[in-house]
Amino acid sequence: MIGEDEVKKIALLSHLNLEEGESVSLANELNSILGYVDKLQKLDTTSVEPTSHVHGSKNIMRPDVTSPSMPTELALSNTPELSGRFIKVPIIIEQNGEN
Amino acid sequence: MEYETVIGLEVHVQLSTKSKIFCASSTEFGADPNEHVDALTLGMPGSLPVLNKTVVDYAIMLGLAMNCEIRNFNRFARKHYFYPDLPKGYQISQFEEPICERGYINVSFSPDSQRPIGIKRIHMEEDAGKNIHDMRTEASLIDLNRAGVPLLEIVSEPDIRSPAEAACYLRAVRQICRYLRISDGNMEEGSLRCDANISLRPVGEMKFGTRTEIKNINSFRFVEKALEYETARQLSLLKAGKQIRQETLLFDSASGSTRPMRGKEESSDYRYFPDPDLPPVVVEERWIREIRSQMPKLPEQISKELVEIYGLTPYDAGVLTSERDNVDFYLAVYDVCQNAKAACNWVTSELFGALNQQGLDISTSPVNAANLGALIKLIDSEIISGKMAKSVFEEMFKTSASPQEIVEKQGLKQITSEDEILSIIRQVFDANPSQLKSLLEGNDRLHGFFVGQVMKSTGGSANPKKVNELISREAQRLAGK
Repeated sequence: MIGEDEVKKIALLSHLNLEEGESVSLANELNSILGYVDKLQKLDTTSVEPTSHVHGSKNIMRPDVTSPSMPTELALSNTPELSGRFIKVPIIIEQNGEN
Repeated sequence: MEYETVIGLEVHVQLSTKSKIFCASSTEFGADPNEHVDALTLGMPGSLPVLNKTVVDYAIMLGLAMNCEIRNFNRFARKHYFYPDLPKGYQISQFEEPICERGYINVSFSPDSQRPIGIKRIHMEEDAGKNIHDMRTEASLIDLNRAGVPLLEIVSEPDIRSPAEAACYLRAVRQICRYLRISDGNMEEGSLRCDANISLRPVGEMKFGTRTEIKNINSFRFVEKALEYETARQLSLLKAGKQIRQETLLFDSASGSTRPMRGKEESSDYRYFPDPDLPPVVVEERWIREIRSQMPKLPEQISKELVEIYGLTPYDAGVLTSERDNVDFYLAVYDVCQNAKAACNWVTSELFGALNQQGLDISTSPVNAANLGALIKLIDSEIISGKMAKSVFEEMFKTSASPQEIVEKQGLKQITSEDEILSIIRQVFDANPSQLKSLLEGNDRLHGFFVGQVMKSTGGSANPKKVNELISREAQRLAGK
């Protein structure tokens, strides 16, 4: 069962702003979806390999060849704020450790 | 109580492919901001990733070089976090199923101390964009050229026992990547980045202490400095009976200290799951065989051969194998002259010295391997003396001419003909009758005097060994008369 706190945590991680009371109704909706998953869990899948991909293809790769990127003006045309050719965002500090 | 330092490194190696890992945009370094950006880099709806085969080739190659098992069935996973340099909202990486696992590399900590360091895993992933923080305008500027550039993350076992060992290990990783030519390993340009996990434990204790992680260390010197600072910090806490807090730190190179990073999401919050946009990659034995057949000899192997077969010292072998280009050059010189020791001396002292002075490296050397080999051959066949060779070398370095040309042009040939040398010796004897008399009476000091006179009158071009011999022989002949 998913509670209100868990919904709030997922919202935080997903950068979603929930309205007052929304976390309760979302918890109910999620629980009904997960209730269906619970039903599926009862099926016997011991002989089935875990699936991460549905159409069974493998080794779809391309050679290491470049092709022209999007023109920078087009690539940046949705950007709310620019500084020269950089995308400008509110300052982010100290967190540059993600890889 | 005595404490022991336990260190494990996570090294990110940027691969030197032409295109990004999941799209065909260029990976060129130093392009204008946001020049190499396309729909996938921007995380546009509907854009789909297609894997660059060369990235898998390189991952297999590095795995083999590091004695790893190569996984047959590979999947990519999404690692979710929000950050402006990652427009998709997730990084494509590998999670529970890295392509390479359970390997090791032998690391030399000094010419006579070597130990294997375990490699826990190597996995493929994409790089994020670059942020520039502008404190003045309170803004961050984002350049997405780097977003999607392929990385291999190499995670070591916690087998490293000191900051100096950590630096040696990192150098060894860089050296292997450069030999394989899968990355330039340039730390200044960010092609090689390092995170370090460090903890202390009482000597003899098996259980690990609480560790901290230092993120994004960007030079060999800083790796050592950051770990030294952190060792001292943890030691003083433990000695004062305090607890170490498990946290992520940043190294501030200006102050030489570490400080906690703020507000990082916990790893359990990355919500990893298999990426449904990318079909699995199955690495068959045949693929591994093909990569193995393309692999060059690695520094450890070459170094061993240089000592055991070529008779060089471990120190010289280490100097020559530091870079693949250097040892390739050495072997090419050897091929021409067949004199291992002389080739080593000429390459490591004369050539490296001259290159250093001019700020050049072996790839831009004005003297090529064939010519340096030919020069050594001229010395060994006594056509020129060692002393002449030095001046010929200087000329070769200036003009890139072959030693034969220079010797010809400057008339530098050594006089080795016995008749020629004997006739000069007789002239010198005739010109110095009183010294000759003294020599014949057994005054050996005058032997050196005559050698000097002969060398002088030939402008230094007589073979000194022959001059020596012939003076003795001629003196004996005259004395016996």
